[in-house]
Amino acid sequence: MHRREFLQLLATAAAGGFLLDPRASWAQGERLYDVPRFGNVSLLHFTDCHAQLLPTYFREPNVNLGVAAALGRPPHLVGEALLKHFKLRPGSAEAHAFSYLNFDQAARTYGKVGGFAHMATLINRLRASRPGALLLDGGDTWQGSATALWTKGQDMVDVCKRLGVNIMTAHWEFTLGASRVKEIVERDFKGQIDFIAQNIKTTDFEDPVFPSHVMKEINGVPVAIIGQAFPYMPIANPRYFVPEWSFGIRDENMQKVVDEVRAKGAHAVVLLSHNGMDVDLKMASRVRGIDAILGGHTHDGVPAPVIIRNAGGQTLVTNAGSNGKFLAVLDLDVRAKHVADFRYRLLPIFSNLLPADTEMDALIKHLRAPFQAKLDEKLAVSHGLLYRRGNFNGTLDQVILDALMEVKGAEIAFSPGFRWGTTILPGQTITFEHVMDQTAITYPYTTVNEMSGAMIKTILEDIADNLFNPDPYYQQGGDMVRVGGMTYTCDIQGKPGHRISDMRLGGKPINADKRYKVAGWAPVSEEARNAGGQPAWEVVADYLRAKKTIKMPKLNLPKLSGAGGNPGMAG
Amino acid sequence: MEEMIAGRRRFLQSGSATTVFGLFVAAGLIRPEAAFAQAGWNKDAFASKSLNDVVKALGGAGATPTNDISWGATPEIAENGAVVPINVTSRIPNTQSIAVLVEKNPNALAAKFDFPAGTDPTVSTRVKIGQSSNVHALIKTADGKYFVATREVKVTIGGCGG
Repeated sequence: MHRREFLQLLATAAAGGFLLDPRASWAQGERLYDVPRFGNVSLLHFTDCHAQLLPTYFREPNVNLGVAAALGRPPHLVGEALLKHFKLRPGSAEAHAFSYLNFDQAARTYGKVGGFAHMATLINRLRASRPGALLLDGGDTWQGSATALWTKGQDMVDVCKRLGVNIMTAHWEFTLGASRVKEIVERDFKGQIDFIAQNIKTTDFEDPVFPSHVMKEINGVPVAIIGQAFPYMPIANPRYFVPEWSFGIRDENMQKVVDEVRAKGAHAVVLLSHNGMDVDLKMASRVRGIDAILGGHTHDGVPAPVIIRNAGGQTLVTNAGSNGKFLAVLDLDVRAKHVADFRYRLLPIFSNLLPADTEMDALIKHLRAPFQAKLDEKLAVSHGLLYRRGNFNGTLDQVILDALMEVKGAEIAFSPGFRWGTTILPGQTITFEHVMDQTAITYPYTTVNEMSGAMIKTILEDIADNLFNPDPYYQQGGDMVRVGGMTYTCDIQGKPGHRISDMRLGGKPINADKRYKVAGWAPVSEEARNAGGQPAWEVVADYLRAKKTIKMPKLNLPKLSGAGGNPGMAG
Repeated sequence: MEEMIAGRRRFLQSGSATTVFGLFVAAGLIRPEAAFAQAGWNKDAFASKSLNDVVKALGGAGATPTNDISWGATPEIAENGAVVPINVTSRIPNTQSIAVLVEKNPNALAAKFDFPAGTDPTVSTRVKIGQSSNVHALIKTADGKYFVATREVKVTIGGCGG
């Protein structure tokens, strides 16, 4: 669809009272990207694109529960509670971008989101109005698609260089292995992109692996950008990829770096973070002297910054969504050596409103060409809306669980609570590329194990604590493991080791001593790597090819306790 | 995932039985007592099961909670329970010794370091932590007072993040 046709469609839809608020008109689309310049220091930020080069659909969660201090606060608001908090008009394009509401219909109206050729157009426009603006990449860029996996991240590296990324930090990048990361940083990025992380040190002598920060002068203003990689990479992902590196939050070292860059004369200090929003909020309350945190990891599309007061003044905390869906614009007015004022916008990238940049489009087509036939293989047609996000399960995860149980003959299946992966609309054909969007990792092995009931409980408790520990520094930022076959109850306010109860299989209580056949994938151990189970994408693709049509899967969700009235849950 | 856990257990078992410490003794000025096992080994303290028992075995009456320490590179979640870096710097004046306790280990006291007068009270060591546990830094001052700071260190199965 061309842009003009799309605008006409919006106007027609509005006139017909169909779906959209009558006040919505194509003019709204024009205004969306009308972002007047402000101040003298501008930073553009994207994060967690998960290698989605082309426009996609991506449904935001209807379950994103906050506990303890995070209860009912951004980013733990969904649906109408989120619209109300951020004063977004129901039915508007932005309401569609930031919420799951009416997703299927709204996605058909507003079309796909993201795509690097469309993002390039927006970046070029913003750069034209903001001389000196820097482009920051928060990480999770080299993983998440078939082509990123098959080229070991090279397609994304080439695209980011063309896009003009200036500074980057990382998380999933490390699952390509330490030597590949070093190779890209030292060869491809040399002289062009600064790769920074204050919280990665060697395991032997605690030596820094990457520079902690970079100083840049923007329109005469000295600005420090500090990097924070995902603190728990060797725990959430296989440690064998980075055996000689240690991560962690290291907020005392963060304070040292902030003090150091202030002493060097930085008038503005910005943290490019892959902590996850809850960790960033806590860090902002403890570390003095950071003006803004441009955050990612938890994939929260948060329309406005949360302002945290601390001993050094205040820190803006932002999170810029995922899958290439958003571009953040932070404008700072720096006067008398400090940040006097700011403006922040998180712009949804509607591919129908932003024409593709010709050069970037050509580069992406060139990079994808060798793989096109394999990517395009049609596997099945989906009857229902298939999505992944949500604290406990998504319909797409359910398809993976069903495939694991059926193909592997298991009575229970586990699938990791990954927050990346594109959405498939009802009636859409599922291609091999879609399957790779959900499974493209460097440790894709499927596993089948005999596990005791006690072991299953230990695993669920352990993962629940990563999500619902009241202290964000003890969370890892993924979602709860998706469970197929077995039902359970989860008390989200329970103490560690006491959140999971009433585990049942086929209605019968799980026996602590009995052994059950459990299928899973994405194991983090070296033993599982050496065993070399069948890649998850093969299992899922085989299942889809055999089924040809996929009915709306029945979501296996736990019974929840302690979540009543929580505005992090709807629907 | 089961193999994953079994792997971690095997790895933990392959470490030494109760205490691993003193890999990075700062500046060579600190005297880890274990290095003088025959001479200065406080058997009762190292066999104690709780913070209170350790304080008693060391000759104190009780420990006052304090925030006047830095935990440095001590993690919130361990990357490897078999070798968890513990980094403690005391800002309490006249710090004479720093002990590291892992509450849920079979024997709580993992290491104790004495500081000659005029030495910066900083220690970096590594301990084995069998399961998620509070780690205590127990500080003794020259006038015989005890202070304690606590950091929870989680030991997790891993996986499923992001």
